[in-house]
Amino acid sequence: MAKITLTPTKTPTLRLEAENICPDSFAGKSNEEIANLHVFVGKESQALGDYFEIAGESGSTAAETTIVINGDVNRVKYIGMKMSAGEVIINGDADMYVGAWMSGGKINANGSVDAFSGLGMTGGELIIKGDAGNYLGAAYRGDWRGMQGGTIRVSGNAGSDVGTFMRGGTIIIGGNVDVHVGTHMEGGTIIVKGDAKSRVGGQMVKGDIYVFGDIEVMMPGFQYRKDVDSEVDGTTGSFALYEGDIGERHGKSKGETIYGKLYMKH
Amino acid sequence: MSRSWMRLRSLRRSAYRQVGNLAKIVTDVVCPFCGTLCDDLEVALDDSGEKILEVYNACAIGAAKFLHSQAEDRLTRPQMKQEDGSWKEVTYDEAVEYTAQMLIDAKKPLMYGWSSTSCSAQSVGSELGEVVGACMDNTATVCHGSSLIAVQDVGIPSATLGEIANRADRVVFWGCNPAHAHPRHMSRYSIFPRGFFTGKGSKSRKMVVVDPRRTDTAKMADIHLQLEQGHDYELLSAIRVAIRGEKLPKTVAGIPAETIYEVAETLKSGRFAVIFFGMGVTQSLGKNHNIDIAIAVTRDLNDYTKAAIIPMRGHYNVTGSGQVWGWQFGFPFCLDLSRGFARYNPGDSSSNDLLIRDEVDAAFVLGSDPGAHFPVGSVRKIAQMPSVCIDPHITPTSAVSKLHVPVAFVGVEVGGCAYRMDNVPIETRKVVEPPEGMLTDEEFLTMVLKRVKEMKGAA
Amino acid sequence: MTDYIIRNGFVYDPVLGINGDIMDVAVRDGKIVDAGDVTKATEIDASGMTVMAAAVDIHAHVAGPKVNVGRNFRPEDKLFNCNVGSGVKRMEAGFSVPTTIRTGYLYARMGFGFSMEAAMPPLYARHTHEEIVDTPIIDQGALPVFGNNWFVLEYIKENEVENTAAYIAWLLAQTKGYGVKCVNPGGTESWGWGMNCETVDDVVPYFDVTPRQIVDGLIAANEMLGLPHCMHVHGNSLGEPGNYGVTLDTLKIAEGHKPNNEFGRESVLHHTHLQFHCYGGESYASKSFESKSKEVMDYVNSTDNITFDLGVVTLDETTTMTADGPFEFHLSHMNSLKWANTDVELETGSGIVPFIYNPKTFIAGAQWAVGLELGLLVKDPMKAYVTTDAPNAGPLMRYPRVYKWLMSAKAREDMLNNVLKYGDSIRARCYIGELDREISLYELAMMTRAGPAKTLGLGHMFGSLKAGLEGDVAVYPYNPESDTDDPEKIEYAFGNCATLIKGGELIIKEGEVVSNGRQKRTFWVNAKTNENPVVERDISEKFKRYYTVTQNNYTVEGHHYMPNPYVIEVDATK
Repeated sequence: MAKITLTPTKTPTLRLEAENICPDSFAGKSNEEIANLHVFVGKESQALGDYFEIAGESGSTAAETTIVINGDVNRVKYIGMKMSAGEVIINGDADMYVGAWMSGGKINANGSVDAFSGLGMTGGELIIKGDAGNYLGAAYRGDWRGMQGGTIRVSGNAGSDVGTFMRGGTIIIGGNVDVHVGTHMEGGTIIVKGDAKSRVGGQMVKGDIYVFGDIEVMMPGFQYRKDVDSEVDGTTGSFALYEGDIGERHGKSKGETIYGKLYMKH
Repeated sequence: MSRSWMRLRSLRRSAYRQVGNLAKIVTDVVCPFCGTLCDDLEVALDDSGEKILEVYNACAIGAAKFLHSQAEDRLTRPQMKQEDGSWKEVTYDEAVEYTAQMLIDAKKPLMYGWSSTSCSAQSVGSELGEVVGACMDNTATVCHGSSLIAVQDVGIPSATLGEIANRADRVVFWGCNPAHAHPRHMSRYSIFPRGFFTGKGSKSRKMVVVDPRRTDTAKMADIHLQLEQGHDYELLSAIRVAIRGEKLPKTVAGIPAETIYEVAETLKSGRFAVIFFGMGVTQSLGKNHNIDIAIAVTRDLNDYTKAAIIPMRGHYNVTGSGQVWGWQFGFPFCLDLSRGFARYNPGDSSSNDLLIRDEVDAAFVLGSDPGAHFPVGSVRKIAQMPSVCIDPHITPTSAVSKLHVPVAFVGVEVGGCAYRMDNVPIETRKVVEPPEGMLTDEEFLTMVLKRVKEMKGAA
Repeated sequence: MTDYIIRNGFVYDPVLGINGDIMDVAVRDGKIVDAGDVTKATEIDASGMTVMAAAVDIHAHVAGPKVNVGRNFRPEDKLFNCNVGSGVKRMEAGFSVPTTIRTGYLYARMGFGFSMEAAMPPLYARHTHEEIVDTPIIDQGALPVFGNNWFVLEYIKENEVENTAAYIAWLLAQTKGYGVKCVNPGGTESWGWGMNCETVDDVVPYFDVTPRQIVDGLIAANEMLGLPHCMHVHGNSLGEPGNYGVTLDTLKIAEGHKPNNEFGRESVLHHTHLQFHCYGGESYASKSFESKSKEVMDYVNSTDNITFDLGVVTLDETTTMTADGPFEFHLSHMNSLKWANTDVELETGSGIVPFIYNPKTFIAGAQWAVGLELGLLVKDPMKAYVTTDAPNAGPLMRYPRVYKWLMSAKAREDMLNNVLKYGDSIRARCYIGELDREISLYELAMMTRAGPAKTLGLGHMFGSLKAGLEGDVAVYPYNPESDTDDPEKIEYAFGNCATLIKGGELIIKEGEVVSNGRQKRTFWVNAKTNENPVVERDISEKFKRYYTVTQNNYTVEGHHYMPNPYVIEVDATK
């Protein structure tokens, strides 16, 4: 696998929009061509090479390309947006939309990422060592098809609106989450290993949410069903199973109403 | 005898009557204050037709809007802030030049406001924003933007205010206080009117108010749900559970389950239920989610009876600004046009996020006062960058701007279309002439657009 | 004004009986003239291409309040679907509900000169007009909705045709409307109470009148006034399996009514998006659902005063929007997607729901088949107009794809064999598999130009290349002699006209939009009627008691709503 390294050389005056930092854009290009890829500061189109020193080389396909960013890119948006294959390693913090609409490949963010990361994701892996901002793995505005596949794993905390309109895939938060987890969720799995504040599974139709810590305020539309033993992301334990959101619409399967499932660890 | 219906047009043009030989009364005047957009005001003018003597039918706030336009010390020419902080009068042409240059030089200018002006001005502003690659945002961003997001997520079963007057027998005010914020709402539309199917007026209606405070509106209610602050989402969720007749915890948001069941039953048993909601829910914890689930309640109610939900929009034409941008760009607020196509994502392209995150480098404000409504951190950023404020008044925003361009009052000195809170478009009226030589905001924008096109053509 | 001569194209004009002859077409001072009458014209080479009068859209939802709800509540419809502005062109966005700017450019690229906005709620007329102003290039009009209006319901209950007519004339003048639209007659008023009218004999609550009476009364009033367009109806029970009986009942109301107008219109009833109204069976399942297009067309073919448009399903993700409020409520329960609704005081209602016509389902494929069948079963193509009820059955930009399906049996076979998952069931439950007719370019010109222009009462301006008509000419990069091998060429050509001249102005040059149009007009109809004190009093009374705007603030007027009006005067005083 070919490896290409980007080292930030300059801080943008505003924010840098750099959806071209993506294996799909880099693949098959020379370093000179990559340096000439556009980035935007507001309405000004500039070159990627104006902001990064580029070393190493990219592969002939996205799958064969690893992009390593050495340094903070916390003013750079859209890293790995729409990526379909390959790998991006971010050794620093990144701004919004990391891995938004990604369909494959892997992003290792070794720092924190800002809001809207993994937005509308359909596949691949997004690994975040630090914290994640709001709207992690959520749907784009208005879309009822949120995250549909792939895995997001955050070691730290996540903001509000994790997995809104989620339909598939898995989100694992090592730390705590802010309000609104899995709102309008209709599939997939969210695992919160720390605490959740409130509004967990609000308007949830289907899918699974696990909370290892506490939920400060429980939604009134969740009803306790039974205790279950289960292995969740390597942790075995006993969970209290709640079903809901009772106030929301629900489908039926073999005459049984299918609710969203909320598992609280004992 | 034959006639053309077109002749009725003349009725409108002469929509005033002479009262003795003292004053002239202009009728059917539209109030350019809040989203209620009352259109039955009557304005008395002096003999010359230049001075407003009195405003009839308006609430106190609306009347003040007309009378303030007559202030003697009103600014009538643009003012440029000098190095030493003093203001110097400049010509409109100089103001156009500064504004055009600022918008062209900026990498990403913010063009904010647009809520207290006409749709024609908004339309010219939209083209200007497009040409200079601006971020365009309106006051919804700190008000009902969360409602717009909720509508994008779940839709909105709604109705015009006349439907409420003619049909509604269950009226809920959630997180709003029309007694103070929309003073004529209850008498014109929601509680007191005797409509086609609501001949007994307020006697034919049950009124529910949801508010943590015992407001003047709450005092009028048949049921006041005095919920714990910040738990609207949970309470609305509980109402959905109750509508379905499912089991609830003993209390939700501090409200006993029995009361919640009672409210659910009250709403279901009506012939037509309506929920009005305001800033108490749009800007409290969860924001758009509170509206989202209130809409879900409305949607659920339609399985049992007829139900609608209507936001209590604030500025008289914030709704119109969302409409104009909707048809020109596809989004109602938080537009980022910087890259030559329209993008939209509140949280990213919203004014306060743009300001706080240092994503914009010039500020153009028209038809709003962010200096008064934005967090202090955002206002400080505006003060630090090149900035223009277009406003008839001296405001906290004009005070921190580099250039202040006073313009004629829309709805008082110039007409133009405005959209009511239920999206009904009404043509506001010109009642008096603006002070001599003053431009309207549409005229000023048109000049800036022309200048920008010239500058870009030359570049 | 520049004159143009378009040389050596294959010209199709059913009004003049020109069927693919190689000819020159000339435009001078904004009008079509005989080719010999221009001397210093700019020459446009159309050799090897198809030349027609610009197309006329009789029914599309492209401007107004519900369209804008569709835009504003679907940010996802614009995600990664926009064009950067360049040259004279402004930025464009939106797939199923394009911005007004994109709508204008789309129509231009498809070679259209006129579009009728299909439903204007009177109270929101200003909004519709503001959008029309901001839609570049194309001439437009808008049809106010009357089928659930309280005045109309009350007059028709008492059989007061004259009062109905007087009210219609008044409302057209107030709203600057073009004609009489009737959506789910009586059903939308019933929806004010959460109910509906499912057959033509259901009674509207309180008003005690039936859809049959409403349609009959509106036709009578329309003909009493002699309006350019006929009563334009969207019948009851749209989209319901088994609804074809209701449709036949609705169509038969036209029996006994004769057209009365000075515009050459022969139809008294135009039934829109007929596809949605030709269903048999009891459910959407392949075991039950069946096409009844033939049954409905057998009737339509036997009449001489009914026209219709197709409303072909294009198998896309789209946004449905209609004044049929109860239908949209019903639809939102079927697909659980976001639902917007607006009931409009005293007048109408509307609903908006996104919808995915999934080619992997039986029903979407069957709906696709029904719409095309109508176009293939019609005997006289002057009665049948191509629409997608945009965006209800499909986005506006899909018109050229519909032409392809109508014109190529091969393209339809390809759909049934390779694209639709349930092609065999669709063949079994619909007529599509039996129909090998291929619509010719000459017939297409009837279904997209001559026909709709005539039924709108605009045959004297649009739809033909006859000298004296508007200088609206489209040139498509389609060679009728050599491009017949691949149906995709039809779709490409009719979506990318090489030249468009609109009102004598060059709008598209060599495939590129080069002007936003200086002549764009808004059409409305001003019908003079005898003085009617009863109606005047009723209007004044209703405004005082039940409307939330004053009567003086209801009238749409002012340059900013209509900078360039085109008024069609009708004298109904005799």
